[in-house]
Parts: sequence; C-alpha cells; structure tokens
Amino acid sequence: MSANLSALFYLISGILFILALRGLSSPETSRQGNYFGIAGMVIAILVTFLSVGNFGPALIYVLIFLVIGGSIGAFIAFRIPMTAMPELVAGFHSLVGLAAVFVAISAFLKPDAFGLGIIGEIKLASLIEMSLGAAIGAITFSGSIIAFLKLRGIMSGSPITFKGQHFINLLLGITIIFLIYYLCTSQLSSVFWSIIIISFLVGVLLIIPIGGADMPVVISMLNSYSGWAAAGIGFTLENTALVITGALVGSSGAILSYIMCKGMNRSFFNVILGGWGASEQSSSSQNKEQKPVKSGNADDAAFLMKNASSVIIVPGYGMAVAQAQHALREMVDALKKNGVKVSYAIHPVAGRMPGHMNVLLAEANVPYDEVFELEEINNDFANCDVAYVIGANDVTNPVAKSDPQSPIYGMPVLDVEKSKSVLFVKRSLSPGYAGIDNDLFYRDNTLMLFADAKKMTEEIVKSL
Amino acid sequence: MEIDPFIFRLSIFILSIFVGYYVVWSVTPSLHTPLMSVTNAISSVIIVGAIIAALASSSDSIFETSNLFGFLAIILAAVNIFGGFLVTQRMLQMYKKKKK
Repeated sequence: MSANLSALFYLISGILFILALRGLSSPETSRQGNYFGIAGMVIAILVTFLSVGNFGPALIYVLIFLVIGGSIGAFIAFRIPMTAMPELVAGFHSLVGLAAVFVAISAFLKPDAFGLGIIGEIKLASLIEMSLGAAIGAITFSGSIIAFLKLRGIMSGSPITFKGQHFINLLLGITIIFLIYYLCTSQLSSVFWSIIIISFLVGVLLIIPIGGADMPVVISMLNSYSGWAAAGIGFTLENTALVITGALVGSSGAILSYIMCKGMNRSFFNVILGGWGASEQSSSSQNKEQKPVKSGNADDAAFLMKNASSVIIVPGYGMAVAQAQHALREMVDALKKNGVKVSYAIHPVAGRMPGHMNVLLAEANVPYDEVFELEEINNDFANCDVAYVIGANDVTNPVAKSDPQSPIYGMPVLDVEKSKSVLFVKRSLSPGYAGIDNDLFYRDNTLMLFADAKKMTEEIVKSL
Repeated sequence: MEIDPFIFRLSIFILSIFVGYYVVWSVTPSLHTPLMSVTNAISSVIIVGAIIAALASSSDSIFETSNLFGFLAIILAAVNIFGGFLVTQRMLQMYKKKKK
C-alpha cells in the first residue's frame, strides 16, 4: 500500500476515534460511539499490516501475540467487578506507557525500519520525539503502577513524603531534559537508556506523595500522560492516527484533571505537590470536645423515609467499599413503592475516579435519568424531606461554605444540611480524608446511622 | 521554500488538541469513567508502531532485539485494546433509562 493511501486511512481512523469520544455526550449515542472506536482501531491495524507488506513468518508471530494479548484483555474486561474500575484503568494506563517505551526502544535500535535514518545517525527531530515519547511513557508506566497499587490497597493510600522531595523531582526533570539534549549531540545508546531509567524513577516519585482521595486527579493526569506519550511516538513514526489520538487522549485527561481539581477547589499543583491530610491533622485533633450527636437505627431511618415525599441519596466512596449499590437500589425500589420521589446527587469527586459513582449505580440498574450532578440538584435539597448520605463525607461538609479557616473552604459541596432531615450512614464519627470534622454530624436535623453502609441499607430494606 | 512535513504533523496535532478539548467538554459527567476506559483503548493505537517494529526484519532473523520489543509492545497494546473496548462496552450496556 502506498504511503499516501495509508496516511489517508490513518486519518479516517483518527476521525473515527473523535466520533467515539463524541458519542459519549449522551448514554444513547455512547454505544454507537464505541463501535466507531473499534472500527478505527481495526482500520489502523489492517492498514499497518498492508503498508509494512511483510507477510513472512514474522506476521504469524504478530498475530499470535495479538491473540494472546487480546484474550488476556477480553478475560479481564469480562471478569473485572465494577468497583475495581479505578485500578483497572490505572493498570491499563501503565500498559500504554510501557508499550510506548518499547516502541521507542525498538525505533532507537533499528531506525532504518521506521525510516528515521541509521544507527548513530538518527534524524535530530526523530531523536527528540522518540526520547520524549519514551520518557513520558516511562513516567506513565511507573506512575500508573504506583496508582494501581494504592487503589488496590496493596500499598497504603496515605501520602509518602520525605524532605526535599520536590527538589529531587525538579532535579531529575532537569536531568532528563539535559540527557535528551546530550543524546541529540552524542547519539549514545547509554544516554537513551539512562533517560528511560530516570523517567521510571520520576513516575514513582511523582505519585507516592499523593493521597488516596486525590486519586481521581492522579488517574486523569496519567490518562493525559499516556496520550502525550502516544503523540510523541506518533511524531516519531510520522503516523497521523497516533498523533490525532495522542492529542485527543492528552486533552481529555487534562480536562478531567481540571474538573476534578475544581471539584476539590484546589489547584493542580497543590494536588501534585502532595498530600492534604498530612498538614491538616493538627487542627482536627484540637477540636476533640464532645458535641452531642443524635444516632438512630434502621427502623428510625425507615420510618423517616417512608413518610417523606422526596428523598435524595448522596453516595460516596464508602458505598463502593461496602459494595452497597445493589442494597441501595433495593431500598429505593421499596421507597418508590410507597410513593416517595427518589433521586441521586453525585459530587464530581465522589469515589476514586471521574464518574465512579455513576458506573456503580448503573451497574445496580439505577436509571441514569434519576442521577444528577452537583449543579443540577443542589437547589433541590431545600425542598427535600430526607437526604440519605451513604459513604460520602467531606463533600457534604457545610464548613466549606462557612469557615474560611477550613482547609476545604471554597470547595463546592452538596447542600445536604438544607433538607428537613439528614440520615448519615457511617461507621464512626472519624473525620474524612481532609482530616477535618464534619459539622453535619452535630446538626439538629442529622440522624447518624452508625453501621456498615451495606448492612444498614439492607436492614432499612427489611423494615420498610 | 518547502514546508517541513513535521510542520504538517504539528498542525494536525494542535488542531486535534482543540477538537479533543471541545469534544471532551461535551461528554456528560456521568460517562466520565467510560471516557477514561475508551481513551485508554484508543491510545493503544500505538500498536501500529509495535507492529512495524515487530515486522521490521532487515536480516534473516525475525527475533532481533528490536523485534522482541515490538512483540512485547504488541501484547501490551492488545491487552489494552481488547480490554479497553470491551470493558467500555460492558459499562455502557448498563446505562439504562427509566422504564416508562
């Protein structure tokens, strides 16, 4: 296949990828969008086979490896529980990153196969592109591995910080840039390997100081990185499909990071430069005076909700941990039978990744038109009888609106306290991730339900 | 003077960032998780580079170091392509409207 023709086909697959993302503007068009994405991928792969034009024994190996990888991927995709989506996505990011590194290595070892010159005399632009692709890919890989381990609970979610951390990161970053420059002048393979190894190290150092609840930002950021790595490789290979895709994925991840940061009212650098809870612990321990708390049991909760005319459910990460989404949906069904109007309110940073709660509710067969975002539903709390907070904490804290001293001041929160009564399912009065006390616990209209989210919800279902 | 092909690719790149910017802002927040998994899948189009690397045999051997890296990258990207699209599909199947 001629180079021009294949370039046109790569353009088509790039456009199909754009349509795949475009489809996600509504759940109805999203499934079709996914097919566009698959079509784009099939075209890109077929065109590559035809344009390389090597139909020797190597092709058979390529197909075998394709099938092996594909089967592993399909197996994971069908078996993974929805609550494990954040770590799955982190794991997948690491694969893209590592693949980018491998492709860059192979282009460096055999530049003639890619039309980039010969060993020792690789074109300057190609060298810059491939080393950037390899460096970003390596950072994505090791960073995603750390994110995966933290999300999976293999590694503690608490931030790991040490003195001079940011200085070391800065130093390593400068070293990478210097080494890329040095690589361009010397073409030495040892320099190329050093860039990759240092980048692996940077990825680890970049993610270890970031705490568990900041994971939505981290995952989005790594998503973005994997895109830029792909784009870097795309420039090296002079491949339009890769360049387009890299740009799409890169900007997509960047936008998601921005949305997540805004949901926490923090700047991107604030999140990246380290943990939140760590510095704020002192203030929470000072306020340890006993304030009166009203607590109740499942029967009280069932009674309150049964006699309400409208109930808003506020789910959070705790719901995912307790796997309470199915029990929750049973409870809502029972309430609806009693003529109660029920809707769901989702905070942008609820859960461990963007849209995490929505997927879990969809899994439990909650229709998506009953689920609302913060801006859509926040005014409704004032007219609602009962707010049922399950597994959320900081995102409901009224302190964010009233106390400029609070570390979460200015963060958009759900106006849960405005509803006539609040049912707060929580195991204890311990503070949330931000390390601050939730003022909501001590309000007159709040009834605490001290229990595991799933157990409590199941008990409520029984007494309804 | 002739324009370097690099400039064309850079133009495509920058325009695609803009396209991505507007397209992603129009994605409904409830589909942000599928958005991540599908972007994951499409970024694995890097498999194109892996295939070129694997099939590039200038000599008799098809298992030179550079080929091996290509084969490894194919496995990684294939896991991601199949895993990414299928898990996205699985998630999207779950989004249902209220039964009227």
